[in-house]
Amino acid sequence: MINALIVMGGIGFIAALLLGVASRVFYVKENPLIIEVEEALPGANCGGCGYAGCHAAAVAIATGKAPPNICVGGGPEVSENVAAVMGMKIVAKEPELASTECCGGDRAIEKFDYDGIQDCRAANMLFGGTKLCERGCLGFGTCVASCPFDAIVMGPDRLPIFLPDKCRGCGNCIRNCPKGIISLISSTAKILHFNQYSECLAPCRQKCPAQIDVPAYIEHIREGRYKEAILTIKERNPLPLTCGRVCPHPCEEICRRGVEDEPVAINYLKRFVADWEMNQDKHLDVSVAASTGYKVAVIGGGPAGLSCAYFLRRLGHKVTIYEKMPKLGGMLRYGIPEYRLPKKILDWEIEGIINLGIDVRCNVKFGEDFDLEFLKAAGFDAVFCGIGAWASRDMKIEGEDLQGVWDGIDFLARFHLGDPPKIGKRVIIVGGGNTAIDAARSSLRLGAEKVTLMYRRSRDEMPANELEIVAAEQEGIEMLFLAAPVKILGQDGKMIQVEYIKMRLTDPDPSGRRRPEPIPSSETLIEADTIIAAIGQFPKIDFIREGKLISNLKITKWNTIDGKESTLQTEIPYVFTGGDCFTGPAIAVDAIGAGRYAARSIHFFLTEGEIPPVEDRQTKLIRETLFESVEGLTHVPRAHQPELEVNYRIGNFEEVEHTLTPDAAKREAERCLKCGLICYNRELLEAMGREMASVGDSAEAKKE
Amino acid sequence: MEYILLIISAVLVNNILLAQYLGNCPFLGVSKQMDTALGMGTAVVFTMTLASIITWAVHRWILAPFDLVFLQTIAFILVIASLVQFVEIFMKKMMEPLYRALGIFLPLITTNCAVLGVALLCIKKEYSFPQMVIFSFASGLGFALALVLFAGLRERYAISRIPKALEGTAIGLITAGFMSLAFFGFKGMT
Ligand SMILES: Cc1cc2nc3c(=O)[nH]c(=O)nc-3n(C[C@H](O)[C@H](O)[C@H](O)COP(=O)(O)OP(=O)(O)OC[C@H]3O[C@@H](n4cnc5c(N)ncnc54)[C@H](O)[C@@H]3O)c2cc1C
Repeated sequence: MINALIVMGGIGFIAALLLGVASRVFYVKENPLIIEVEEALPGANCGGCGYAGCHAAAVAIATGKAPPNICVGGGPEVSENVAAVMGMKIVAKEPELASTECCGGDRAIEKFDYDGIQDCRAANMLFGGTKLCERGCLGFGTCVASCPFDAIVMGPDRLPIFLPDKCRGCGNCIRNCPKGIISLISSTAKILHFNQYSECLAPCRQKCPAQIDVPAYIEHIREGRYKEAILTIKERNPLPLTCGRVCPHPCEEICRRGVEDEPVAINYLKRFVADWEMNQDKHLDVSVAASTGYKVAVIGGGPAGLSCAYFLRRLGHKVTIYEKMPKLGGMLRYGIPEYRLPKKILDWEIEGIINLGIDVRCNVKFGEDFDLEFLKAAGFDAVFCGIGAWASRDMKIEGEDLQGVWDGIDFLARFHLGDPPKIGKRVIIVGGGNTAIDAARSSLRLGAEKVTLMYRRSRDEMPANELEIVAAEQEGIEMLFLAAPVKILGQDGKMIQVEYIKMRLTDPDPSGRRRPEPIPSSETLIEADTIIAAIGQFPKIDFIREGKLISNLKITKWNTIDGKESTLQTEIPYVFTGGDCFTGPAIAVDAIGAGRYAARSIHFFLTEGEIPPVEDRQTKLIRETLFESVEGLTHVPRAHQPELEVNYRIGNFEEVEHTLTPDAAKREAERCLKCGLICYNRELLEAMGREMASVGDSAEAKKE
Repeated sequence: MEYILLIISAVLVNNILLAQYLGNCPFLGVSKQMDTALGMGTAVVFTMTLASIITWAVHRWILAPFDLVFLQTIAFILVIASLVQFVEIFMKKMMEPLYRALGIFLPLITTNCAVLGVALLCIKKEYSFPQMVIFSFASGLGFALALVLFAGLRERYAISRIPKALEGTAIGLITAGFMSLAFFGFKGMT
């Protein structure tokens, strides 16, 4: 008994002694900072920071090997707390959020192939990754299960939906997705990205000059996630309210539903969500990167300038817009009339852009009130010149100096300068573009009794938006095609008659164009007390002075500013251009796209010194995506926007068209086919299927 | 030859986890991720070998000469507990990453019946010193093997659809059962 006690006691004593010595020898002095930092971290051990767990991250932070904001799991508060512990100040790190480029489409084959296998990784392992669709989502939801923050949910058609509010950018979903279609991408990277041929691009996305991800925002609308729809649009276009109203929507021309049915009313949907944002009366927050310290001057506050300023600001640069008119908006304000784009709405939209922290100087004209020397002295590192096309072409006919003769741009601008033009009862408009139609419809609203639009070609050749032409016809504007004015006759300095000559179109020349030519001695007189010339515009380049920096700017023979197509850089390396002053008169969304393109170039020019080309840049439509038939499509009527009665609208400048109801928008969004590069092209799919079958791999797996 | 048989027997046939059902706590606790399972496995191999050596020595030179073999169990518990503590202190200083990876599971080894079981088995089977070392090392390997295989399976579970009621430990136990059945297939090899 005694023995037992002694032995046990002895063993215990020796053990205790050993442990005591060991704890002395192997004592680890824990850095109290590490403990504090670790306490400030969320403890999720998600590994998103690149360290093995939160402790390792805490050690790295405390020893200065990692910045206090490496934690992606905790969000900005955590970064701030950690920084407070470390006694540092935090510079907001731009969040990187998960997203996928797969937009669905017809992925059914994939799903039935792997009948019974409920997980992407399993499908991938079983079939060694050889599957028909090279990029598309399988829809098994592995990413959903792998997300530690519940930021991914499965959509109704089994496409993952990433919730930006919850996503911390830890990258777990990326590691788990076997198709490699999930990526972490920061807003900066998104803004700098331009379409590439290798991407899965629906035709509408290829066609839109601003490259808006159309299928994505339609999908958001369908699901009622309007906020995300707006943010998707604003990644590419800061003016959805405006474009939703005035854009001639080239995207709809190419819509694949249009080959069998009427195209999806993409622009109505854009307007619908944009109006939704406005009706919330609060501008949605968009991300703005941390300040880079560079300063950029934007000359001209039209859509090109606004878009460039907006994206530069979001990329973290300091921007000042210089505008010669009293207010921003360019042709959107001074060209497009109130009944198409109420200026209250434009104001609200521009306010949202300016509120990002953009400085604005109005009523200052480049060339008169300031010049490049001034901008350099003021410390600007780069300049964007988006001065539009504000000079009107003359008719070059006798009598142009008579009273009653107007220039279209001047005529339209006056409405917004507190000085509505005074016109007579019989008005003639010359031209067939947007300016002509807007001038005609505005004249009607000013009380003209008879408005005649004179155009030297036929209706088919009119460059104005088709919808505008139809509206003008509805409102009772007389169209006089194949006619050109030759002389304006006057009395006491006032015009009373216009002499015009009839035209005919020549047979198509080798390029297929039919030119108008006068029919000899077909001159005719018509009574008119007002004539508005709207036969074309070009940039007003009146700011070039010899011996000044600006004299290095090159001007093309069309009087536009010369620059490199691939970068929008002009002959003066730090001056960039885009919009109407670079291309000649075009449409707003072109200018918006150019604004972002220039912003990209300027960003690289400032931060890296040189501008890398956009690799594989998509400029033409991708032939394979333009399939000519869509099987099994049932006709669903296209949505229509409610509009004012014709009789009611003529006497005033009230907005003519109204927005869709939420139900109608949802129904319209459901019409979208969600085209993708491979997913929807059945022919291509079949061809690829044959290839695959000959490889033998997935031959049996191909049956549905 | 005898040693090889000993190893095969300890690793596969009489696998400490799947045939003798010792050490179930870490088996279920640390088997959700491959990384931790590997860490735990290594720690057990290490501790088990060490513990067996020490307990063997204690038995041979203290308990047996003094005729105190009846104290075996309690003495071994004491020794193993101190040993694990020692290993923990040692690792914290010398093998920081491993220490962190194992986290709260290191103290689990203290109460790990597998370690005690192997120590007792060595005595019971009257192994010589080399036999004892090889047996305990192989048992540790068997433990690590089962743990790692199991973790591999459980990682797949994390992304599979499993009936709600069976999620987590429930499906873990079922799987452990199946694995055990599978390991019974090795019976008769020796
Ligand atoms: C009547 C009319 C109707 C139109 N209708 C449509 C339509 O329905 N849909 C559509 O998509 N597009 C339409 N457009 C075309 C569209 O408005 C233009 O393509 C677009 O505004 C071009 O944008 P921008 O920024 O390049 O130029 P602008 O919008 O012309 O902006 C240039 C800006 O630069 C300023 N500026 C010029 N010179 C100077 C200087 N020296 N110093 C400082 N600032 C200067 C101007 O004041 C102006 O604000 C229409 C155009 C007109 C004229």
